[in-house]
Amino acid sequence: MYCLLKCAPLILAVAVCHGWLFGDFVGKQKELDEISLWPLPQKFQSSAVAFKLSPASFQIVHAKQSSAGPSCSILVNAFRRYFEYMFGDLKKHEKSRKKVYDSDLAELQVWITSADPECDGYPSLQTDESYELSVDEPSAVLKAANVWGALRGLETFSQLVYRDDYGANNINKTDISDFPRFAHRGILLDSSRHFLPLKVILANLEAMAMNKFNVFHWHIVDDPSFPYMSRTFPDLSQKRKGAYHPFTHVYTPSDVKMVIEFARMRGIRVIPEFDTPGHTQSWGNGIKGLLTPCYSGSSPSGTFGPVNPILNSSYDFMTQFFKEISTVFPDAYIHLGGDEVDFSCWKSNPDIQKFMVQQGFGTDYSKLESFYIQRLLDIVAATKKGYMVWQEVFDNGVKLKADTQIHVWKERPQYQDEMAKVTAAGFNALLSTPWYLNRISYGQDWVNIYKADPQNFTGTDAQKKLVIGGEACLWGEYVDATNLTPRLWPRASAVAERLWSDKSVTDVGNAYKRLVQHRCRMVKRGIPAEPLFVGHCRQEYMGL
Amino acid sequence: MRLTALLPVRSCLLLVVVSVCVQQVHGVWPLPQQLHQSADRGCLSPQRFSFTYGRDSAAQTGCSVLDAAFKRYFSIIFPDFTKGSGLLMCENQSNRLSVKTGGCDGYPDEDSDESYNLSVSEGQAVLRSVTVWGALRGLESFSQLVYQDDYGSYFINKTEIVDFPRFAFRGLLLDTSRHYLPLHAILKTLDAMAYSKFNVFHWHIVDDPSFPYQSRTFPDLSNKGAFHPFTHIYTQSDVMRVIEHARMRGIRVVPEFDSPGHTQSWGKGQPGLLTPCYKGGVPSGSFGPVDPTIDTTYKFMESLLKEVKFVFPDSYVHLGGDEVSFACWQSNPNVRKFMEKMGFGKDFTKLESFYMESIMNMTAALNRTSIVWQDVFDYHERIPQDTVLEIWKGEKYQAELSRMTQAGHRVLLSAPWYINHISYGQDWRNSYAVQPQNFSGTEEQKKLVIGGEVAMWGEYVDATNLTPRLWPRACAAAERLWSNEEKTLNADLAFPRLEEFRCELLRRGIQAEPLFVGHCKHEYDGL
Repeated sequence: MYCLLKCAPLILAVAVCHGWLFGDFVGKQKELDEISLWPLPQKFQSSAVAFKLSPASFQIVHAKQSSAGPSCSILVNAFRRYFEYMFGDLKKHEKSRKKVYDSDLAELQVWITSADPECDGYPSLQTDESYELSVDEPSAVLKAANVWGALRGLETFSQLVYRDDYGANNINKTDISDFPRFAHRGILLDSSRHFLPLKVILANLEAMAMNKFNVFHWHIVDDPSFPYMSRTFPDLSQKRKGAYHPFTHVYTPSDVKMVIEFARMRGIRVIPEFDTPGHTQSWGNGIKGLLTPCYSGSSPSGTFGPVNPILNSSYDFMTQFFKEISTVFPDAYIHLGGDEVDFSCWKSNPDIQKFMVQQGFGTDYSKLESFYIQRLLDIVAATKKGYMVWQEVFDNGVKLKADTQIHVWKERPQYQDEMAKVTAAGFNALLSTPWYLNRISYGQDWVNIYKADPQNFTGTDAQKKLVIGGEACLWGEYVDATNLTPRLWPRASAVAERLWSDKSVTDVGNAYKRLVQHRCRMVKRGIPAEPLFVGHCRQEYMGL
Repeated sequence: MRLTALLPVRSCLLLVVVSVCVQQVHGVWPLPQQLHQSADRGCLSPQRFSFTYGRDSAAQTGCSVLDAAFKRYFSIIFPDFTKGSGLLMCENQSNRLSVKTGGCDGYPDEDSDESYNLSVSEGQAVLRSVTVWGALRGLESFSQLVYQDDYGSYFINKTEIVDFPRFAFRGLLLDTSRHYLPLHAILKTLDAMAYSKFNVFHWHIVDDPSFPYQSRTFPDLSNKGAFHPFTHIYTQSDVMRVIEHARMRGIRVVPEFDSPGHTQSWGKGQPGLLTPCYKGGVPSGSFGPVDPTIDTTYKFMESLLKEVKFVFPDSYVHLGGDEVSFACWQSNPNVRKFMEKMGFGKDFTKLESFYMESIMNMTAALNRTSIVWQDVFDYHERIPQDTVLEIWKGEKYQAELSRMTQAGHRVLLSAPWYINHISYGQDWRNSYAVQPQNFSGTEEQKKLVIGGEVAMWGEYVDATNLTPRLWPRACAAAERLWSNEEKTLNADLAFPRLEEFRCELLRRGIQAEPLFVGHCKHEYDGL
């Protein structure tokens, strides 16, 4: 009674103020909350009732029933991260506002329901990323089976918060039930054609989390350079220009660890690609005898081709090397490449010609490639890892383990046909063809990126289910730290929504409105995501 | 301590040997008109090195432009120099400057002499130029000649350069209306322009989407027409800062106030300026180009241009005049009445011509030279002779060059350098292949091509992606506009020099994107 009396005038004042505000907002409300969610949740219900969030009193807490607690570092870090995103620029001068209003949302309770919250684990292909989010007085509740779903829900919650014209944070009464359409939603970065400083990789992991991507496909080495510093074979990066520079242009074991941990904290898997037998020029610098010597006429020309598939030493090397890789990278999958093998060097080499005859391969060098890949797959299988390969490996008829993932990237034959073929053969398929984002063009090319659908091919339901997702690829011919981030974002966001949201979410006009706001949100969070078209963000990019 | 003293001597001896075996010739971008380098090289010691004014130089200490340039180029040449770092000291190298005329407090203009001679010999380098602007160009070349060896010591080869620009007008257009560009993005661009010897910043400051220029005469233009009246505007002091930053680098600032089209944002703060469009006999509520039929329009434009003259010191003003849509004029009964009165019939190009002529005359009366987009020439016969025409339409620009120069006009070429149009791969090669004087015409006509401009329109560009999209792609046009075409036609030969220059830009903190696979010693360390 005492309290009520004392507070009455205050409450009245707030009510009046609120009513007035409300009138101002009814029109904008829907626009503001609904359109800025990206990727769009599966089920979404929102009302015009808005609550205020006070930076001084709002908290993200573990729900009482939650199986996770303060010792769960993934969640504790995520709470802090998302608090920063929501209030980072406000909390200083808003500290004075200690009063709690009726219409305030006091807290977000995060409730992990399964017995093992997986706080110390790694996300995997099987990870359940679903979550339920209910925003209502006095608390919002985020329910997820494990920390990975909670991470996705926290991102959504942070996207629901919007700022009114008075600078106050608002959130509407909302119910969301969400889960990804595809389990594998990846971004490929190429750190061989240009070295990418750690900072750039980490920033892109941040941006990936904002877009609910969950796989970082690290195309870490290739022809031009070998920046991965191997413990077993340090010469790969340290000798004779394997890396562009053995100290400034390498990823040390602790760098790699940091990337993996930074990704884990955001529910992102790190799948390294060690592409062989082609795309290995830089490997030859550190490992003598690994690559095939090319011949010009009857003598070695001094140049080298793909990995030499006829020497036992090649396989011994691969055995040791992948043993290391399998321990360094915790993910259950390794990408083994297998694309674009040029046969001309093999053809020129008399030892290889002899071997071809011995094996009865005739002149079909794809049989030699298969011979190599099959032995490599056995080597990797022995490390208990699963593997991903580029589509050529499948196209060439290499015998593959049933759980092999085939990565479709070629424009010809049409990727729809390839997806049908791969799934008809019973393999898991991943799509990248329409998402080679390094291929830039003038104008709003995100629209075509957005329209591509990985299940858009002729096939049975069972085949469709074998499509586990896709990856946006940013190959490095023309990309380095100077232009990577604006070139990737928000174009990759189009892929993110295609892979997360329901199949029916295809309205480009609606997507445009949301994506404009989503890109401004990324800019505000420090990601230099480029503009979609003419316009402005309230907070423009301040870096340079 | 003794060790540090010994080490330099040893490495110095060693390097003399190396310099004989490996001839390191270091490129300059854009390529100087005459460049002779020998394999002989001298060391530069950051401790001992200094810039000094020549005894007979007209400019001496106190010359704002050069004092600032010395400071700037010292840290560009020795980026990792800190006092007492004990670097190698071989010879006492100093850079003597001799500038014939002063003009340290002026602005560069269309007649500025940017030529310079640079002679680097043992122990001393001498830079001679007629003006401070030429000295700036020479300092830039000098800075590009200095390199570090594997031990971090600084060297410069014996070099003789005689240099001058092929074209007097070498511009770069930024569009601050379609997206607002924060001041620091503009200043950074000016830095990079100076590195590539660009000398005109064409500031397309306002357009349909927003009016970020804060006018002292008409403050409502930005109050109501900017994306945001406080965070997305250029105040008078911002503009002054841009002009001064540019002046220090020998760069002219030519503002563009494009009318009568491209003016949607003007209408918000200046009611009555734009033509009301009609639909079915009544105003539709939307607006078209500036209303050319009423006196208030011309009074407004005169006041605005007077302010522009006051704020921007350059003798050129860009008046736009492109892409005027006639539909709205056509719909408006008052405009139709005016057409009849003037005897224009149904030819709205005559109305546009009438408007542009008034504006150009107004500009001339203010003692300013007008630049207009090619549309104005394409539609109209009567254009003041000293008006500069700018070609922007992609198709058949050679024919347009012929026609314009035949009519005796000075011309700027921009059409092949719309580098906001991105594509996959090494598109700088297209920019590089442009030959601005390769059209049918007399020698006299060729001389009327005063230069060209790289344009970075803002539909898809803001502070997030501007710099890597501009650099090093704009460098291709920079070389075409400065260097001798005969010596620079082969893009494959230019490639390694441009790659090196791109790495140098990175080292100087310009976020220039890569040309192809590879690496730089100093990678970009921002985001």
